[in-house]
Amino acid sequence: MSNNIYLKKGLDLPINGTAAQNTKKVVKPDVVAVKPTDFRGLVPKLLVREGDKVLAGTPVLADKMSQNILFASPVSGVVAEVVRGEKRKLLEVRIKADENQEYVDFGKKKVSEMSAEQIKEALLAAGLWPALTQRPYGIIANPETKPKAIFVSSFSTAPLAANLDYALNEELANIQTAVEALAKLTDGGVHVGIGGANESVTPFKKLQNVTFHTFEGKHPAGNVGVQIHHVSPVQKGEIVWTVSAVMLAAIGKLFNTGKYDVRRKIAVTGPKAINPAYVEGVPGIAIRDVKEFFDASENLRYVSGDVLTGTNVGAEGFIGFFDNQITILEEGDKYELFGWAKPFRTSLFSASRTYFSWLTPNKKYDMDTNLHGGPRAFVMNDLYSKVLPMDLYPVYLLKACLANDIDKMEKFGIYEVIEEDLALCEYVCPSKIYIQQIITDGIALMLKEMC
Amino acid sequence: MNGLRNLVDKIKPTFEKGGKLGFLHSTFDAFETFLFVPNTVTKRGAHVRDCVDLKRVMIMVVIALVPAMLFGIWNTGYQHSEAFGLGWGFWNIVLYGLVKVLPLYIVSYLVGLGIEFVSAQIQGHEVNEGYLVSGMLIPLIVPVDVPLWMLAIAVAFAVIIGKEVFGGTGMNIWNPALLTRAFLFFSYPSMMSGDTVWTGGVTRFMNEGVAFQAGNGLVDGFSGATPLANATLENLSPKFMDMIIGTIPGSVGETSVIAILIGAFILLWTGVASWKIMVSSVVGGLAIGYLGYAVGATDLPGYYQLVMGGFLFGTVFMATDPVTSAQTECGKWIYGFLVGALAVTVRIWNPGYPEGMMLAILLMNTFAPLIDHYVVEGSIKRRAKKVKTA
Repeated sequence: MSNNIYLKKGLDLPINGTAAQNTKKVVKPDVVAVKPTDFRGLVPKLLVREGDKVLAGTPVLADKMSQNILFASPVSGVVAEVVRGEKRKLLEVRIKADENQEYVDFGKKKVSEMSAEQIKEALLAAGLWPALTQRPYGIIANPETKPKAIFVSSFSTAPLAANLDYALNEELANIQTAVEALAKLTDGGVHVGIGGANESVTPFKKLQNVTFHTFEGKHPAGNVGVQIHHVSPVQKGEIVWTVSAVMLAAIGKLFNTGKYDVRRKIAVTGPKAINPAYVEGVPGIAIRDVKEFFDASENLRYVSGDVLTGTNVGAEGFIGFFDNQITILEEGDKYELFGWAKPFRTSLFSASRTYFSWLTPNKKYDMDTNLHGGPRAFVMNDLYSKVLPMDLYPVYLLKACLANDIDKMEKFGIYEVIEEDLALCEYVCPSKIYIQQIITDGIALMLKEMC
Repeated sequence: MNGLRNLVDKIKPTFEKGGKLGFLHSTFDAFETFLFVPNTVTKRGAHVRDCVDLKRVMIMVVIALVPAMLFGIWNTGYQHSEAFGLGWGFWNIVLYGLVKVLPLYIVSYLVGLGIEFVSAQIQGHEVNEGYLVSGMLIPLIVPVDVPLWMLAIAVAFAVIIGKEVFGGTGMNIWNPALLTRAFLFFSYPSMMSGDTVWTGGVTRFMNEGVAFQAGNGLVDGFSGATPLANATLENLSPKFMDMIIGTIPGSVGETSVIAILIGAFILLWTGVASWKIMVSSVVGGLAIGYLGYAVGATDLPGYYQLVMGGFLFGTVFMATDPVTSAQTECGKWIYGFLVGALAVTVRIWNPGYPEGMMLAILLMNTFAPLIDHYVVEGSIKRRAKKVKTA
């Protein structure tokens, strides 16, 4: 089987604000948050109380369903506040960080001498197990199961995404350790997706004991879901695990140093980011820790993640567990006179030819959050598959989700997708349908009915 | 510009729920969003969105129809002038055309949009822009002499029974514009077929003896028949070139191949209509056209079928309706081919109906979901097999 896969369909969003490849500062965390909402379907159990002292690596939450899955504090400090929402839903555990960081010592370990059980236990104990995501559904992997294979994407094609070659250049040894550890948890091996464009230069090519697959094409070629679809599609009853390259580095560090060290390079990006660049920090740091990158007097949206799939956290919010990108863009709550009727709308991008942005293929745009229209029923049926490099019928899948028809959802491929894979469909949709929400609801229904 | 916005903001509360004119909420919203792209921001999912919306898509179709409409207006006057031997100049011709065609547009939009507004109000939806296109299409596919009250009834039928009962734009099974025509065709056949309905003013002259310009009767040798009426090489009165240019009797907008091709170019370039449907429909029409030619059912070579009657107009503007056509790419090939093939089959082998395009498209609208069903099933089965063997 060929390991070179060329994906014709897709779309790279021409949006302004790529982060320059330098690390502007190391964020000294003030207050960080551990957010159970970063994980789909998680029912959290609180393990700490306000005022408790924690170290980096001390568990603060557990999964109520399988209580050996722990979620650790990324910093050492004092639990400052437990934030709850409606119906006392646990939203955040805020931890005031100490001046000097102390780590729980889990002990250095030699991966080659460990069994699969020992590796599982080490990951569970250190709070790194949640880094493993299960497909179907994109939920935390179940430690009791054995996946068909484990997939990693070593590049991201998402709009303005952090360049992993740059961000993880120094972490290669740790990633190698992690790959060897995870390989023991499956019989199918670890599969690494490599970006075709930088295949010759990427440091990930130096990894050993993995299977490489090269993907060439526009976004979402870097999505691990798309890669799995082309390497080994998830069938009913099968399970694969995915893990991000960023989390691989943290897993490697756990074995190599004995610490829960989730520090990473975070790209601060977006049309409204001033001199976008990288910072070093832990997940859970606050948006205001990077306040030199934006003008807070403007009406901005602060997204943890990229513009297609990220979470709107607000100016007072915190970065998510998996995210290594912050996107800052303008709220588009403005009226536009005759917008849709103007022959030219040069400041806006459209993937369709009904506007003229195809004349300026290299132009980047200061995109804002305006919906550019009102919600309608599905009308244009052939746009979605043009940006989805998967052998699926997206409109059929979405309508099955809307109809709560589990048999059809199964048939049309609910096992193979999570929201991020259809994010571009949502972007191009002229009917302004909230496609990712439909998938979220569909997966929630599957979880409720099937588990 | 700001003044306009301020005015809209000022009167807006009157039309909101609880306001004095709250029952006109959807109507106000339609006009407001017509003037201004709303200030709504994304709430979930993708934070940025493409600037294309359905209004833009629909307006592209409307623009694509403009050449056919303009030519139709001119041709209405020209046919009248020819029929009555008036020898009019350009402006007289256009004036007559406007007098005949504008009322059709006014009725089509007033009735159709009126119903859309009311049903949006009842259902609490925003007003869908789908009727912008249907309303533009309807006057172009009816004979110019159709009485306005008939048109009004037909439009009401198509919008209510054909579209709103299914849930509005995006949910309908049949193309609303064609449903309007089908309603007229079966309810008032005398106004929709024959040789005298296609030329403006002739019906009135035949019934009441009154012509638009007094003094002149019909010229000797006036036939008024469309090419389809006597579709044999010998009897075909217009030349092939006339049919390309469109200076022949027929429904208002269907006659000019050139005007329709300009529209087709716009639709294909903007990607609004599917080229697969257009190509396969033409292929289907040619195939049956030449089959009929080969077995001696007609002495017209197959390519004549493309330029006569409503074939091209239907192929470009009606069969490609994204809502009622097949949804899958493979299904589009099948659907388009059958549209073209059926239309020409009706023409050649059914003496009762000189034109088959309308019925062919409506029939294939009905079967499009079935085609899609088998295409999707087949594709899923193939894929499952492939995964198993890999």
